[in-house]
Amino acid sequence: MANDTGTIAQATTPETRPSAGSFGGMTARSGAAMNSARIAIRSLDFYYGSNKALKGISLDLPDRQVTGMIGPSGCGKSTLLRVLNRMYSLYPGQRAEGEVMLDGQNIIAPDIDLNALRAKVGMVFQKPTPFPMSIHENIAFGIRLHETLPRAEMEERVEWALTRAALWPEVKDRLHSSAMGLSGGQQQRLCIARSIAVRPEVMLFDEPTSALDPISTLKIEELIDELKQDFTIAIVTHNMQQAARCADQVAFFYLGELVEVAPAGEMFTAPRQKRTQEYITGRFG
Amino acid sequence: MDRIVKSYEEELKRLRELIARMGGLAERQVADSAYALVRRDAELASEVVGRDKPIDALEREVDAYCVRLLALRQPMASDLRFIIAALKISQDIERIGDYARNVAKRSIIIASQPFLGGVNGFQWMAQLVQRNLKDSIDAFVRDDADLAERVWAADAPVDDIYTGIFREMLTHMMEDPRNITAATHMLFIAKNFERIGDHATNIAETVHYAVRGAVLPEDRPKADVSLDVPPPAPTA
Repeated sequence: MANDTGTIAQATTPETRPSAGSFGGMTARSGAAMNSARIAIRSLDFYYGSNKALKGISLDLPDRQVTGMIGPSGCGKSTLLRVLNRMYSLYPGQRAEGEVMLDGQNIIAPDIDLNALRAKVGMVFQKPTPFPMSIHENIAFGIRLHETLPRAEMEERVEWALTRAALWPEVKDRLHSSAMGLSGGQQQRLCIARSIAVRPEVMLFDEPTSALDPISTLKIEELIDELKQDFTIAIVTHNMQQAARCADQVAFFYLGELVEVAPAGEMFTAPRQKRTQEYITGRFG
Repeated sequence: MDRIVKSYEEELKRLRELIARMGGLAERQVADSAYALVRRDAELASEVVGRDKPIDALEREVDAYCVRLLALRQPMASDLRFIIAALKISQDIERIGDYARNVAKRSIIIASQPFLGGVNGFQWMAQLVQRNLKDSIDAFVRDDADLAERVWAADAPVDDIYTGIFREMLTHMMEDPRNITAATHMLFIAKNFERIGDHATNIAETVHYAVRGAVLPEDRPKADVSLDVPPPAPTA
């Protein structure tokens, strides 16, 4: 480290400077190029009764990329996920206004076929929710709701879904034993397999790993990374490192507002908004 | 707004203090090396040479501390930029310490060589780079991006003086070959000060990024034209 500085080389190249104080392009705002929007949300408001939980949200979910949604509890990120597959329609008194465009349709319009929508937009929850039936039936059950397949094709589809969810090697010899006997991480991958079995376009993950151990968590994250080749993905997470690892773009919500959206590399190195900065550096009261 | 985890705040504060201490030591080294040169004070110069070790030790301490913070706190956004900046700045300061030590070493030799006259340029240059160094460290300690930007833009006079010294030393060498040893050492010394200035500029750039999250443009005001000086005509 210590060195003599008056070398010939230095004397003959006075124009050389020590490396400039840049950070390897870490700030490049362009970062990862974003695909065109698969879901386009425009001026979305959402109400739980008279309580406005989302305020004028406009956000694109780029095709075959992962959008991470972060923010403190109650900021509206899970609510937004529930809008994207019309989960809220199950509850009286909850309503959405604005526009959420998927394949040229406003999915929050009242005349939307909810079964068709939920086949297009799959969802995976915080806690694994396997049905109390066999592993095979967990997958086949959902497929039968949407289409009628000949037996051989059904078997193929089940294998495909379990393979895509990185679960096939672990369960192929016990497809007909109960799903309840799987570990937590396996159950969560089963739920992912169940969602992708109906070949959706969009996958929503609501804190998919918060009940899992670190290894299972990494497997799910790896899986998400593979799934984005085929699906558009939105993931709500309380774990910022997870958002940093998984997401192409990250959206920060606070008190029902979308404060900032940026490629993950920018969001976690140089966010533009003060509130984002405070949240991701742990300064939020 | 206060941070939720207080101990983390304390750790970042300690990192800031380590850099401030390193910067203070380096400022003193630069000042004393220039003083030793101008006063032909070989004793002070020897002291400067011996005082480089604590700066190196601090650099290693900052390195280890930053790696630890990165691993344990997994910093993001401004915290991440701050820690990366500290890591880079400690390297710049360590190099500045090396240059000051080299100036001191050469001053010891020069003290026993024929006196070449005018050291005003050196004094002036040392003062300028010292001030830039101090300001850039202050900018880091106070998160002052504006000050950093001023330092970044203020390096041009240093380059001007360097160009002047370059011409002057060429003249001494052409006048009398017995001056060549001293004049060559003097040139290296000027070069060392100029490079100290460059590192101070780097620190300023780093501080600017750490505070604002945006890098300064690549082109900086620059005025070193010593490369444009024609080679000395062959003596007849």
